[in-house]
Amino acid sequence: MTTALPPPKKKDPVRRTRQPTLPPGNRSREAQGLTAMAAVGRFALQICTACGQTQYPPRQVCGNCLGDDLPWRDLDPGGTLLAETRLHHANDLFFRDRLPWRLGVVRMDAGPSVVVHLAEDCQQGMRVRLSLNLDRSGHAVMNARPETPGPNSEDDLQLRELTMDPKDRRVLIVNGKTELGLALAQGFKAAGAREIFVGYAEPWKASAALDAAKAVDGVTLFPLDVTDTDSVQELAAVLGGKVEIMVNNSYHPRPGGAVDRLDMNLSREEMDIHYFGLLRLAGYFGPTMRARGADGAHGACAWVNVLSAYAQVNNPAFGTYSASQAAAWSLAQCLRAELSPGGIRVVNAFMGPLDDEWHQMVPPPKLPSDMVAGRIIEALQKGREDVPIGAVAEEIMQRLVENPKEIEREITL
Amino acid sequence: MTGRQEATRLGRMGYEGVAVCVPVTIPYSRYSLRSAHWFCGRALAALLQQAGITKDEVDGFCISSFTLAPDTAVGLTQHLGVSPRWLDHIPMGGASGAVALRRAARAVQSGDAEVVACIAGDTNHVDSFRKTIASFSQFANDAVYPYGSGGPNASFAFLTDHYMRQYGARREDFAKLCIAQRDNALHYPHALMKRPLRLDDYLDARPIADPLCLFDCVMPCAGAEAFLVMTQDRARSLDLPFVSILSTIERHNAYPDDPIQIRGGWAMDVDGFYDLAGIGPDEIDFVEAYDDYPVICFMQIEDLGFCGKGEAPDFVRQHDLTTTGDFPFNTSGGQLSVGQAGAAGGSLGLVEAIRQLTDSCLGAAVTDPRHGLVSCFGMINYDRGLCSSAAILGRVEK
Repeated sequence: MTTALPPPKKKDPVRRTRQPTLPPGNRSREAQGLTAMAAVGRFALQICTACGQTQYPPRQVCGNCLGDDLPWRDLDPGGTLLAETRLHHANDLFFRDRLPWRLGVVRMDAGPSVVVHLAEDCQQGMRVRLSLNLDRSGHAVMNARPETPGPNSEDDLQLRELTMDPKDRRVLIVNGKTELGLALAQGFKAAGAREIFVGYAEPWKASAALDAAKAVDGVTLFPLDVTDTDSVQELAAVLGGKVEIMVNNSYHPRPGGAVDRLDMNLSREEMDIHYFGLLRLAGYFGPTMRARGADGAHGACAWVNVLSAYAQVNNPAFGTYSASQAAAWSLAQCLRAELSPGGIRVVNAFMGPLDDEWHQMVPPPKLPSDMVAGRIIEALQKGREDVPIGAVAEEIMQRLVENPKEIEREITL
Repeated sequence: MTGRQEATRLGRMGYEGVAVCVPVTIPYSRYSLRSAHWFCGRALAALLQQAGITKDEVDGFCISSFTLAPDTAVGLTQHLGVSPRWLDHIPMGGASGAVALRRAARAVQSGDAEVVACIAGDTNHVDSFRKTIASFSQFANDAVYPYGSGGPNASFAFLTDHYMRQYGARREDFAKLCIAQRDNALHYPHALMKRPLRLDDYLDARPIADPLCLFDCVMPCAGAEAFLVMTQDRARSLDLPFVSILSTIERHNAYPDDPIQIRGGWAMDVDGFYDLAGIGPDEIDFVEAYDDYPVICFMQIEDLGFCGKGEAPDFVRQHDLTTTGDFPFNTSGGQLSVGQAGAAGGSLGLVEAIRQLTDSCLGAAVTDPRHGLVSCFGMINYDRGLCSSAAILGRVEK
């Protein structure tokens, strides 16, 4: 049985904060295929098209028939635990800081034997399920848990290094004045977040969502306007050292493109909120979060950007909004690289159109806010990094892989 | 027809006329400021001095080293100022000893080289070991090292855990082997471990990677082992005591379908191994096995025919593994007590076997041995050791 996660202790301001270290991140080009799968929560390995053999570790030539067509295919993550160890010694600093550490060898039903991070509630001979997770270095590793996880299994300390579980962590939701902001506050509360900080801009404008969010147990409201550098800086001074999960859900979609609707003010606002807003948040909250990436089992772990799927391909019906989302996405990739030395993971959620006033003229499917919030929290719990939300977003990502030109010409969603 | 003649008839040539001689050890140290080039160079100097020959008379070199990088055997020729006509670099770590031996022997038999110096040496700077394991192989980088296993400890912890559950081995069984080797090492001047090992010391040692504790693990160190291979005629003319080679084997990536390693490549080749030698396991007077962790010794005892698979725990309980016992095993103390000088660990047993069979022991001598078996193992590329090799050496009466 997994030991229950002890509640976080009040931080001792005199003690030195443990500095972030990362597990070894040197991987071959082939092994980066595992990272691509882990980023979206797939369990896939290379399978030889010629002979069907499952390959592990990844390679460029089939270990059985020497064929070189080895596409990544989803497969059964089941297996049996053959051997286990608990490391009491490690040369690598990341693991030295976290000893003891459990590892195992699992014989997969699909064939290969794999070295895995092993959950506390796994025992030799047991049936286990594997998952591919991103570790703190941002690279994929194999993780094994019992087929039927026992009590407190999400509290496993090794698992918490691979996921960004909100349980007992403090969350900042940037925009509390939308339905999604409210749904996120409720979702994080249900997921066991320790404190939920909710930002709001334009205090003179009433918001039913904000009023409802304020009523959620554990929620504290803070003024935050991402278009105002002073506002961001002031809140970072107050909250910077406490935010363990940042959720940038800034949201300002407006219909229209460049030729059909030239509106510089509107377009500038979109950029100011989506792109410069992220830039300001990154500049003021990023350094502290990065420094707290190894601050115990409840340390800073994740930065979520709630983006539109149109960040990946422009939808002319929301042309300037799409462009501001593309800019934000590009900056998010920069942020991912800059936060990686602290082991802080950047999660980019790409949602399809929300079922709200700004998408009145858009045909369904449209997404309810609580569904989007649920998918974001699930991604944090499972350790995913690129999260398409809804059928539209999933289709866009698939079509971009298959034929980017086709979707550029045909986008009507 | 003897087994040996039969093997020859089947197309496998013996090693008649080949001499293995001049056992050299460059004393071990936990850490060293010297380079691997120094250890290899001093080993060559000792070979020449003991053999009474000049550098020019050595026309073949066989080198094994991890810490020579970025150099290989090639760079070493310029460092040492030699111009060999036969050069080999064997990147097989712990398996390199018997592999070097068999390649050098064939070179001498064919006349491609007359005198081959087989040298295995490594240095150990304060951070050498971590660096070696951090870039050991692509599979290790991708699928083991990121999991926190500081080198082979975790890999052997898996094999030991599985072996213990599968075959009922107990920690006390591994302890008996480690303690016997320590007893042997107390007589061997180059051993880094100088104190007797008691059962309680072994059982109560700090855990490293369950079920492995401190005395299951070798200590990385610096040092070198070396020997010469030449014709027996040449050895006689130089008045050098030498041993003969009765048989050798090597195998790589054996049994890839075993879900976890329970045996090494020896098991694939053991029949032909003894056939070529013309003797069986009963006629082996001592064994020098690769011993970075005790479980692999147990596998070698099984795979080389001293008992069946899974029977080594009982075999070890029934036998005395000290030099004066009924199954002398790692008579200089092995790596577990002498230290693991990188790739030299793959030649430690071979050099000790030459000494045992030429009455030139530095430590305790086996009583009148006629045949010694040397077994080597190395290279945990991913989840198992890939390289295995072995040789049977025989006493040659003057």
